[in-house]
Amino acid sequence: MRVLVIEDDRETAQFLLKSLKESGHAADIAGDGETGLELAQNGQHDVLIVDRMLPKLDGLTVIKTLRSGGVRTPVLVLSALGDVDDRVKGLRAGGDDYLTKPYAYSELLARIEALARRAVPEEQETRYAVGDLVLDRLSHRVTRGGESIPLQPREYRLLEYLMKNAGQVVTRTMLLEHVWDYHFDPQTNVIDVHVSRLRAKIDKSFGKPLLHTVRGAGYMIRDGAL
Amino acid sequence: MTELYRRFKAMVSTTAFRLATGTAAVFLVIAGVLIGLLFWQTNAVLTDQVIATLTAEAGSLRNEAQSSNPNALVDAVAARSRPEGPGLYFLADPAGKKLAGNLSRTPPEIETGQPGGVFRYRPNLAAERRDRLGVAMSLAMPRGERLIIGRDIEDQRAFADGVKRLFIVSFCLLTLAGLATALFISRLVLKRIEGMNIASRQIMAGDFSRRVPLEGSGDELDGLAQNLNAMLDRIEQLMAGLREVSENIAHDLKTPLNRLRNRVEAALRESAGEPAYRETLERTIEESDELIKTFNALLLIARLEAGPLDKPVEAVDLGTLVRDVAELYAPFAEEAGLALDIAARPGPTLKANRQLIGQAVANLIDNAIKYGPAGNRSLELARIRVDVTVTADEAEIAVADHGPGIAAQNRERALKRFVRLDESRTHPGTGLGLSLVAAVARLHGGRVQLEDNKPGLCVRLILPLCAAGAPAVRNPAGMAVAKS
Repeated sequence: MRVLVIEDDRETAQFLLKSLKESGHAADIAGDGETGLELAQNGQHDVLIVDRMLPKLDGLTVIKTLRSGGVRTPVLVLSALGDVDDRVKGLRAGGDDYLTKPYAYSELLARIEALARRAVPEEQETRYAVGDLVLDRLSHRVTRGGESIPLQPREYRLLEYLMKNAGQVVTRTMLLEHVWDYHFDPQTNVIDVHVSRLRAKIDKSFGKPLLHTVRGAGYMIRDGAL
Repeated sequence: MTELYRRFKAMVSTTAFRLATGTAAVFLVIAGVLIGLLFWQTNAVLTDQVIATLTAEAGSLRNEAQSSNPNALVDAVAARSRPEGPGLYFLADPAGKKLAGNLSRTPPEIETGQPGGVFRYRPNLAAERRDRLGVAMSLAMPRGERLIIGRDIEDQRAFADGVKRLFIVSFCLLTLAGLATALFISRLVLKRIEGMNIASRQIMAGDFSRRVPLEGSGDELDGLAQNLNAMLDRIEQLMAGLREVSENIAHDLKTPLNRLRNRVEAALRESAGEPAYRETLERTIEESDELIKTFNALLLIARLEAGPLDKPVEAVDLGTLVRDVAELYAPFAEEAGLALDIAARPGPTLKANRQLIGQAVANLIDNAIKYGPAGNRSLELARIRVDVTVTADEAEIAVADHGPGIAAQNRERALKRFVRLDESRTHPGTGLGLSLVAAVARLHGGRVQLEDNKPGLCVRLILPLCAAGAPAVRNPAGMAVAKS
């Protein structure tokens, strides 16, 4: 995956460049809005990371210009402003996801990987499968090794989201946002309990665990160990 | 003297004074024009009357002159020339010799052959020592005589002069009265405005408890003062909030930051090898995440309390939202050995910010789970009730636990930032949960009530239904604490 980071803080940009390379991705850096816009318009990137406050051209304008020019590259908006309405503004301008500074790198990585995946034309998959775990999106049935697993509606949606992003880290915040549609941080980590309940249902009585905890980041569903 | 001049100058330069004098000046100019017109008109009428009389008399005397009797004119003039009569006459033969009349000679002003004019004369009366003013016309008679007929206009002139003097005097008096009134009004207004100025200067100097004085008359200045005071109340409130935030930051953020720094420093100093470094770094990340959480909550509260930013508002089904949030917490409650009784049906729908209300409800349930148990493991007491009830104009979300509760005297304090009544701080948390709930309630025009659940704590988040579309109604007294 090739990522364009439009960020004026050199240290942050270098940190992202280094981290992304370590994660096996290629990254370019633009230090201001104009350069960023120019590079993004070439359309050679899979994901754009755009800071909201940039010299020369602010982040939201960059995104708006790209979108009106027909560039569909998924955008993750980075901002120090974290309020609900700032989020809405960022998404309305054409951003695909929004992350507030300060963020954990794992959170950022999980999000851009999810974005890049979403950009691949997704032929409406009706069925997700990870190992012998199968989720049928039409009948809402979940089976493992042919054995039917009854799930609560919320558990089903949790599993559906995890399986949609199979092989990739999904953070707790991403789960809260996509499964519950909450854009706030609960004081306590309530997600863990939900995930462990789901795990009890889909993993416990089957020898090989599929739902893994990624330390310091979140969860990942995949066939095989981490 | 200079002091007096300075004060006068200050007074004169005020808006009130300028307005009052301006009005007086316009009034005076109009009065002047009107009186002038009246005067001029009266004068014209009187003058016309004299001219008409003289013209008529001239006609009748000309008739006498044309009669067959050559002495008729002389007789007629002589007859009219009574000393006390109103007329002035002088008849002279072509050589200039007086034939008849009560004027002693041809007035020099008319002598040059003019048709008429104003002149001065001395009447033939012993009592009269002064020259009087007359107006006359000079006529040539058919037989070559020269006849001058006139009227005394001394009285008319005197009357006109009297009117003129009276006018000037009263004009001066009016001007003085206008000026005095202007000074009086401006002093009156100035005194009150000066009161406001003094108050604002004191406030600017840092005394935020000062208020603009009211007179109690309910006039515009009082209205202005009331609005200023309301504004000052709001500003004071915001300032207090700001001060509180900075104090909170100083205390509750610096302490963990210091802890964090100490740990890293210690790890560096001890050089205990990679596993120890790794552990320190991991704990540092964890703790900075907690700090970020606290910081975010603090900022959010501050922004909510600063008033209505354009928070996105949508139709929120309160019952469904509460049920959703409660369900998010249900497994967590179970782990804590508590049962979550959720009595919330769909409805009512109100205009609100879904995320903020959701977060408030989450905080309430979070608190109830954390502080609920208190070692109480009997089935009846290990329950947390979440209710949504609706009255005519309000919706109420009540979260009730059977924990230790909050003593009545501590309830108001519990809504403040960073107040954690559990001094041991055994439970994780930022100490911002309830103050965020209070801020969300206030932003939506609602309030938070803490009550005794006998035993335990019942927190009621009350939101107005009718605040639809106006979720940011100001309600400085929005935080209410039930006294029970």
